[in-house]
Amino acid sequence: MSDMTVNSGVAFTSDRAAKGTAKGQSHRLTGGLVERAKPLSFTFDGKTFQGFEGDTLASALMANGVKLMGRSFKYHRPRGVLTAGSEEPNALVELRSGARQEPNTRATVAELYDGLEAKSQNRWPSLEHDMLSINDKLSNFLTAGFYYKTFMWPKTFWEKLYEPIIRRAAGLGSASGEEDPDVYDKGFLHCDLLIIGAGPAGLAAALTAGRSGARVILTEEDFLLGGRLNAESFGLGDMSGMDWVGQTQAELAAMDNVRILPRCTVIGSYDHGVYGAVERLADHVLAPEPGKPRQILWRIYSKRALLCAGSTERPIAFENNDRPGIMLAGAMRAYANRWAVTPDQRVAIFTNNDDGHRTATDLIAKGVEVAAVVDTRADAPTVEGTELFAGAQVVDTKGKLGLEWIRIRTASGVTRDIPVGALGVSGGWNPNVHLTCHQRGKPEWREDIAAFVPAGDIPVGMSVAGAANGAFSTSAALRTGADSAVASLAALGFDVAPADLPEAEDAPVNVTPFWFVKEGKGRAWIDQQNDVTVKDVKLAHQENFRSVEHLKRYTTLGMATDQGKTSNMGGLAVMAELAGKEIPQIGTTIFRPPYTPVAMGTFGGRSRGKEFRPTRLTPSHKWAAENGATFVEVGQWLRAQWYEKPGETHWRQSVDREALATRSSVGICDVTTLGKIDVQGADAATFLNRIYANAFGKLAVGKVRYGLMLREDGICYDDGTAARFAEDHFVVTTTTANAVVVYRNMEFARQCLWPDLDVQIISTTEAWAQFAVAGPKSRDLLRKIVDADHDISNEAFPFMGCAEITVCGGVRARLFRISFSGEMAYEIAVPTRYGNAMMEALMEAGEAFGATPYGTEALGVMRIEKGHVTGNELNGTTTALNIGLGRMVSQKKDSIGTVNSRREGLNAEDALNLVGLKPVAATEPVVPGSHLMAETGEVHAKTDQGYVTSAAYSPHIGSSIGLGFLKNGSARMGERLRAVNPLQGQEVLVEVVSAHFIDPEGERLRG
Amino acid sequence: MAELKALTALGGYEPRVDEFAGLIIREVTDRALASLAARLGSEADCAAAAKGLLGAVLPEPATWVAGGDFTAWWMGPDQWMIDADYASHTLLAAELKSVVGGAGSVTEQTDGWCRFDLEGSSCFDVLERLCQLDLRSGTAGDAQRTALEHVGCFLLCREPGRHYSLLGPRSSAGSLHHALMTAAGSVL
Repeated sequence: MSDMTVNSGVAFTSDRAAKGTAKGQSHRLTGGLVERAKPLSFTFDGKTFQGFEGDTLASALMANGVKLMGRSFKYHRPRGVLTAGSEEPNALVELRSGARQEPNTRATVAELYDGLEAKSQNRWPSLEHDMLSINDKLSNFLTAGFYYKTFMWPKTFWEKLYEPIIRRAAGLGSASGEEDPDVYDKGFLHCDLLIIGAGPAGLAAALTAGRSGARVILTEEDFLLGGRLNAESFGLGDMSGMDWVGQTQAELAAMDNVRILPRCTVIGSYDHGVYGAVERLADHVLAPEPGKPRQILWRIYSKRALLCAGSTERPIAFENNDRPGIMLAGAMRAYANRWAVTPDQRVAIFTNNDDGHRTATDLIAKGVEVAAVVDTRADAPTVEGTELFAGAQVVDTKGKLGLEWIRIRTASGVTRDIPVGALGVSGGWNPNVHLTCHQRGKPEWREDIAAFVPAGDIPVGMSVAGAANGAFSTSAALRTGADSAVASLAALGFDVAPADLPEAEDAPVNVTPFWFVKEGKGRAWIDQQNDVTVKDVKLAHQENFRSVEHLKRYTTLGMATDQGKTSNMGGLAVMAELAGKEIPQIGTTIFRPPYTPVAMGTFGGRSRGKEFRPTRLTPSHKWAAENGATFVEVGQWLRAQWYEKPGETHWRQSVDREALATRSSVGICDVTTLGKIDVQGADAATFLNRIYANAFGKLAVGKVRYGLMLREDGICYDDGTAARFAEDHFVVTTTTANAVVVYRNMEFARQCLWPDLDVQIISTTEAWAQFAVAGPKSRDLLRKIVDADHDISNEAFPFMGCAEITVCGGVRARLFRISFSGEMAYEIAVPTRYGNAMMEALMEAGEAFGATPYGTEALGVMRIEKGHVTGNELNGTTTALNIGLGRMVSQKKDSIGTVNSRREGLNAEDALNLVGLKPVAATEPVVPGSHLMAETGEVHAKTDQGYVTSAAYSPHIGSSIGLGFLKNGSARMGERLRAVNPLQGQEVLVEVVSAHFIDPEGERLRG
Repeated sequence: MAELKALTALGGYEPRVDEFAGLIIREVTDRALASLAARLGSEADCAAAAKGLLGAVLPEPATWVAGGDFTAWWMGPDQWMIDADYASHTLLAAELKSVVGGAGSVTEQTDGWCRFDLEGSSCFDVLERLCQLDLRSGTAGDAQRTALEHVGCFLLCREPGRHYSLLGPRSSAGSLHHALMTAAGSVL
């Protein structure tokens, strides 16, 4: 190698063997953390390149001399890489192809793998020749707020015309439009100390905590641990930074109590020490293994957390500061040291602080020619091997698709043009405070480092160390990392000493704030992702959008995938200057999760398609599936909706058949889904008397009673039955939908309202398979099932009886004589394991009677025919009076809701009453949701008389029928009304009839 | 009339077993369950009667104990689940009621639940993809209520990291099993 201390421009003349063997990597330097023995092939916009294992897409493109990586959002300006990390605003690509294509992938964090495919985005027809770069010429018209001012009229054009055009012209990448073929997991982790970030602070903290025996989780968004130590040339003690990282990682990996998660980004801080983190398991390979997740969304429960998230360098705005080749100085240094690449053989540095000088020194050491260091400070320190321009500024740049030269104004006021292919810019560093703000922490300004640091209400249990807390030197990062770990663990009772730490650089922060160059009429870019310029901020100020939150919305500064990591500070600094305020007076916008973009699939996890939520299967599901059932979701339950028979071509045929067969002979329906609550205790009857609106105290053992439950406000919310099996034992049934609600309310009443009552409750919904056996032949059928020593004659077991019996030769069962269909009917329950066999047995026993299984549709038809209410009628607004059961609300006792049910407004003379509705022309339908209006006259909310709640075709009546609520409906039998449905233009003339279409006297069910 | 033939919670005639490298998932169908809740004012009598049956003190919150033929775990204030072999204690609820008498309320729970036992060295890795419990710091004897696949379950630790019993509502057996299989497939 040549003498590296002199800026001799030898980088591209050194020995090819030392730089690797891959062809075309003209910008590859020596050293670095890439595996030269492992070359990888990839494509960018269809062209094939080679890089090495350890590269990112950005570093590999740079190695191949590619500077132009994207087009900007609005003006389609050519853009290159700005950073070397997750804060990247420019180098966004569509990664992979087909269904796996992912837009807006930051090339700076996309780990290179063999076969990687990337495409540039937001350009047409190609990156080099983008037709929409015309926008750049029209920039005077396309300033912030332009859309809102210009596309004002006609109003209807916005959605249909303007917005689609604008969206096509201004944009980021495109989604594949196909279903994501990958799967994603969720998971849960626990630790004493969560350390976020594995740079020097995080590693020192992890060593300290790990050695104490505490349970530690160390997360790192990069695929390598080490943070900036991988990007710097200085050593730690007598080792290189990279070697110290390797040694530390090996020690941590050997500890059972430490879990290291590389490729894992903590995206949010939530209550109670909970953190969200995305681990990328397979983003660095061609595709995940079949069945294995691409990513895991972890929920991490931490007792303490230590944020060691480092800092982000900020640019300086100046005219045409966005040309490919202009990047952050720290990134340029990282590319050279870690990835052994340089954007160009001849570069310059523009800085306002000492850190910028490090880049110059390191690049010179790598053999890159550094043409100039332009430092805004008049007292800038000298730098070896290049020309220093102290007190100078970069005022303009030139270059077509990449930087060709910079124009500087020197301290003496003259301009000078310097030809360079790349420029490293450093405006100082911002601590990564984001996670400290997720619970509304407000960072504070520290004048000595000219940056915001975490302050105020940072999340409980969190502390911050290293650069994230403004401790920028490596020595300070190591020390504060170790000390913070000691303090965090001491609070948990661990007696722990800080790990012994190596000697490291401890340079002070020498920075003189400098945000933007005032010279020049052209555009100086602040937010490169959103194409926001200094002028846009000025315009926002001029138009009085001056609060930072307004500035953000007006200009889009800090929006989109990078969330302004490199731009927010610049924007608010310009605003501060315009407003004549100090930066801390302007403040920052709110930081919200996620810290970096997260794929929608990661949030969805396994909850996709049919696995969106768990399902519940009824005990006879197997039989139903084998016998032509179509299933319907009822909450989480899958219930048989109807059973199709051969030859039936329409569901109505099946449903009509099932309803007719049940009323003429016998039908069987799985009703297990109804809630069953076991209520026991000396005070069980008293308890139910208070839960139900009607009386339960005197219900005899062996009897069932229908009951109504009211809410505290007097509205009906559930109905069902309670069966008394012993003085101190009831079984309550609820509707399917309210099984959990009723149970929860009963538990609340038991524990909180009446803790003095001796009552115990538990759900037994799942323990018993229950079947309705309904119809005139139901008793005959059951006689063949029920063991002979149980008398189920009408005399021995009348309507509303219940008993514990045995069936099929000794299987324990419960029999209830209750009816939802209005027919003579029973419900029979057996232990769930026998449910499927019970269905088979009932069908076999019923063969002689033509026993017919029926589903929820026929169930619905028959209950409407009978005028029984369900959720459609118990809709959260109706009372017992409304549903025709007003007299059931006992006035002789107090139960939940009784007092409020007496409210005047609920008992008005023209209150809604449940009525039956029949179309005047039998061929017309009754449509649920229709509103009831007078036969003639205006259709309007003010003429509304009621509404239709349920409707079905009744094969017994021979027409559509409905239930509904009608003002003073009980007194309006025979009246004709219009059922109107203005949404679908329907209007049907209906007649008001009794809600009991079938057997109004109830003779059948007592038969 | 033909004898009624029982189905398992997963809908088979025999319990299902699935094997992975480092994990076996077994459907367990041979247990009888009954809940026991102390009557108000009779808590001591109920506990004493239960101790007579179990030979062990009823467990504290979030734990289970075994005694003789029985296992018991805490379900709520003054409420426990009692478990025994199904073949020899088919009428477990009646058996338990005869012991506690008026001091406790007993409800048959045998067919209200499905149970899957997880055995093998990968239990931690699989279960951390499924539920939020801190199992790595758990001990044998833990019996915790947790949500798994959005379903409320009990998870009993028999041997940390190596053997767990998961009990969930029987109607959701298929979904729970699917979740277990998916997580095992992810990890193993």
